[in-house]
Amino acid sequence: MAALLEVRNLRVEFPTRRGILTALDDVSFSIAPGEVLGVVGESGAGKSMTGAAIIGLLEPPGRIARGEILLEGRRIDNLPYADMRAIRGRQIGAIFQDPLTTLNPLYSVGRQLVETITTHLPLNPAEARKRAIGWLEQVGIPAAAQRIDAYPHEFSGGMRQRVVIALALCAEPKLIVADEPTTALDVSIQAQVIALLKALARDKGTAMMLVTHDMGVIAETADRVAVMYAGRIAEIGPVREVVRHARHPYSSGLMGSIPPLDRRVDRLAQIDGAMPRLTAIPQGCAYNPRCPKVFDRCRQDRPDLMDAGPTRAACWLYDHV
Amino acid sequence: MFAFIVSRVLQALPVMLVVAFISFAMFAYVGDPIAIMLGQDFTEAQRATLVRDLGLDQPFFVQFLKFVGNAVQGEFGLSYRLGRPVSDLIIERAPATLELALVAAFLALAIGVPMGVYTGLYRNSWLSRFFLTFSLIGVSLPTFLIGILLILIFAVWLGWLPSFGRGDVTRLGWWSTGLLTWTGLKALILPAITLGLFQMTVIMRLLRAEMLEVLRTDYIKFARARGLTDRAINFGHALKNTLVPVITVAGLQLGAIIAFAIVTETVFQWPGMGLLFIQSVGAADIPVMAAYLMLISAVFVTINLVVDLLYFAVDPRLRIGGGGH
Amino acid sequence: MLAKFFDSDLWYSFTRNPVTIVSAVVALVLILGAVLAPLIAPHNPFDLASLQLMDAFKPPAWDPEGEAIYPLGTDDQGRDMLSAIMYGARVSLLVGISAVLFSTSLGVLVGLTAGYAGGTVDALLMRIADIQLTFPSILVALLIDGVVRAALPREVHNDIALYVVIFAIGISNWPQFARTVRGSTLVERNKEYVQAARIIGISAPKIVYSHVLPNVMGPVLVIATLNLGFAVLAEATLSFLGVGVPPTQPSLGTLIRIGNDFLFSGEWWITIFPGVALVLLVLSVNLLGDWLRDALNPRLR
Repeated sequence: MAALLEVRNLRVEFPTRRGILTALDDVSFSIAPGEVLGVVGESGAGKSMTGAAIIGLLEPPGRIARGEILLEGRRIDNLPYADMRAIRGRQIGAIFQDPLTTLNPLYSVGRQLVETITTHLPLNPAEARKRAIGWLEQVGIPAAAQRIDAYPHEFSGGMRQRVVIALALCAEPKLIVADEPTTALDVSIQAQVIALLKALARDKGTAMMLVTHDMGVIAETADRVAVMYAGRIAEIGPVREVVRHARHPYSSGLMGSIPPLDRRVDRLAQIDGAMPRLTAIPQGCAYNPRCPKVFDRCRQDRPDLMDAGPTRAACWLYDHV
Repeated sequence: MFAFIVSRVLQALPVMLVVAFISFAMFAYVGDPIAIMLGQDFTEAQRATLVRDLGLDQPFFVQFLKFVGNAVQGEFGLSYRLGRPVSDLIIERAPATLELALVAAFLALAIGVPMGVYTGLYRNSWLSRFFLTFSLIGVSLPTFLIGILLILIFAVWLGWLPSFGRGDVTRLGWWSTGLLTWTGLKALILPAITLGLFQMTVIMRLLRAEMLEVLRTDYIKFARARGLTDRAINFGHALKNTLVPVITVAGLQLGAIIAFAIVTETVFQWPGMGLLFIQSVGAADIPVMAAYLMLISAVFVTINLVVDLLYFAVDPRLRIGGGGH
Repeated sequence: MLAKFFDSDLWYSFTRNPVTIVSAVVALVLILGAVLAPLIAPHNPFDLASLQLMDAFKPPAWDPEGEAIYPLGTDDQGRDMLSAIMYGARVSLLVGISAVLFSTSLGVLVGLTAGYAGGTVDALLMRIADIQLTFPSILVALLIDGVVRAALPREVHNDIALYVVIFAIGISNWPQFARTVRGSTLVERNKEYVQAARIIGISAPKIVYSHVLPNVMGPVLVIATLNLGFAVLAEATLSFLGVGVPPTQPSLGTLIRIGNDFLFSGEWWITIFPGVALVLLVLSVNLLGDWLRDALNPRLR
């Protein structure tokens, strides 16, 4: 099946006065229609940056220095503003982290929905309003027909995020980029919202790129997962394989640091050291200073993603040539 | 909503009382009204009579109450300098100042707001840079200097516009307006520009800062991510959110305009309350100073109240009385 | 420490911005000219013996009737405009800087107290600040000046007029410092390092002075720089209206007022040159303040 979204050798740079900061370095992956790809990693690894690059909302002076982003085979990274605007919302939707700041406090929820619908779909306001009520019902807002004229501050946090989900989906995009959609919510609400997102995506056949640092969410929701480190993909593969049998030393360190529920541990496992600053990435493999399995080649040459069984990992351990 | 109005009015009362107290204290402790009114030679008997007439032998608190009572009725006594009832003087001069202030405020808003929005939206166009430079100079120019420059150029060198006075005015009841006569209009132009220029630049810079601030918010980012048109984003979402905090400032600016009218009226010899105030400050004419003070405070307090009400009307978050559930 | 300053982002953004460099240079020139006026001014405009009434009303040097020794012309008493401006700028700066120092100190003190003490003290102090903020500062300054003028006999007033003006302008501007500092203090007070210090038993004033104060000085600095421009303008306005500095120590505002009388008879330079000096001074200070604010704003970095 042809990929819905394909990212090839993406490089995102920020010129700063201390030199060029490489936020994303040669990132490549693809998402099939209806698939959920999880993207995990520490803060600053480049997860959100990837999402921003895909929807074309990189903050200046950040820019795409190299590489391509293709949606259904068509390049979207170099489109003029007007064309990209037509794609945003209609082909690719976005969900951000904090539902309180994502919604305009001065406009009713209904108005924001209707506005989005009428921008992309040929419906008149009355029809758009009916659609909007329908969407509110689908995301689980009770008494949708009355609540549609309410303002964002009149909803609780979980309800607000449901409204955001409705807004992201109401123009019926093929792909959703969700950046930490549950991080700002109460733990008890998180599960509900994730379940909703998963169900809706499955229902409409919408693909999703789910960016988060919460492995639990990934394990629940994703089909495949990409682990990012220092602006590069360390490992990518089916979620079961990456979680249970991670091949890349960083991924296995990451999975290992999650405390298990089924037995008692006296010390939490952790990875020594910290992710390098993006202006000072070491030569060779970015992980080499912290890697327990490091050898000479790791410090010299940078590994590309290579086959490591059921997953692909950027690690010289799996170099079969 | 009603409760809100009542509470704000109640909060305004102590402010007015404090101002009244300060005004009255000026009366009681500053200068010697007897000497000022009677001149150099007066007998003890004359002095005693005057003291009794003016009620100066009463206890402080009684005098204060009397003062407040009179003030509320608009009775402020006689001007030391001119010997006429202060209330007459004020009524005579108020229309001149108010007309000037309103025209200046209108100019400041009508030009400042669009300029500010434009420079916020289109940061890098040459027109924006020009506006910004212009505004920077405007903020650094004192009002009186603007007035002098305008007089120099338009009255002395070009001779197009008058440099002092109001021109011919038409009387409408107790109001007098210069808007209905040609000379009145011409006389209004330079003072209004002088008075409004500073505020115009302040408003412009404020609006620009707010606009830039709003354009960085998450909800604008989300609006972009939803593919809304530029027009919807800039004028629907951004503009509305920008205007909310601007309302307060616009209201305060009106107050500042009324205060700065003092300077403009001095430069252009405009026969308004500001000129009256300055002349009374120079001559230690306490009754006029006190009256001006009370009046201005009442105006400011009212402006603040109206601004609060406007805020209420515009921002839905305030109406329900606090956050969600 | 100096090396650290030159390596900082602040210096970097300064050197990259030509407008800021120019305004800093202009400000420096004006300030030096003002401060060193007694040493470097070509003439002494206050030495009545040296004035030549014959030289009165001379236009600037580039005019055919002008003379080179009076580069910017002379006024109605034969005083050299350039020297008068330098001395005038001196007074303007003196009042401006003193007033800002006064309002900063008062505002910071009140803000720290209100923010740290909280409760009724905070409410009361902020109420006072709010009430004063309802009124434009120029009005407050005018009022104070007027009251003092009325309360004291003329000779006494003349002696202390300078201090009265400084006090009046300073008092009219403290609320904005107080509110900003109070806000920052509230934030800092709730941080863990302050709570830790309290638990250890360090006294409140010491905590405020060594821990809270350094953290709130950033925005204070920006407001102070912008306030300097306003203070100088306020003094100029008061002097122009005749209720500012005494006539024996004319500031740029006083010079403009004097010159205003001669506008119609064609001797425009007597009022315009002091005006230009005033504008340049305030403009360069404002530009520096703008740059400082942008450079220190964490969100724009």
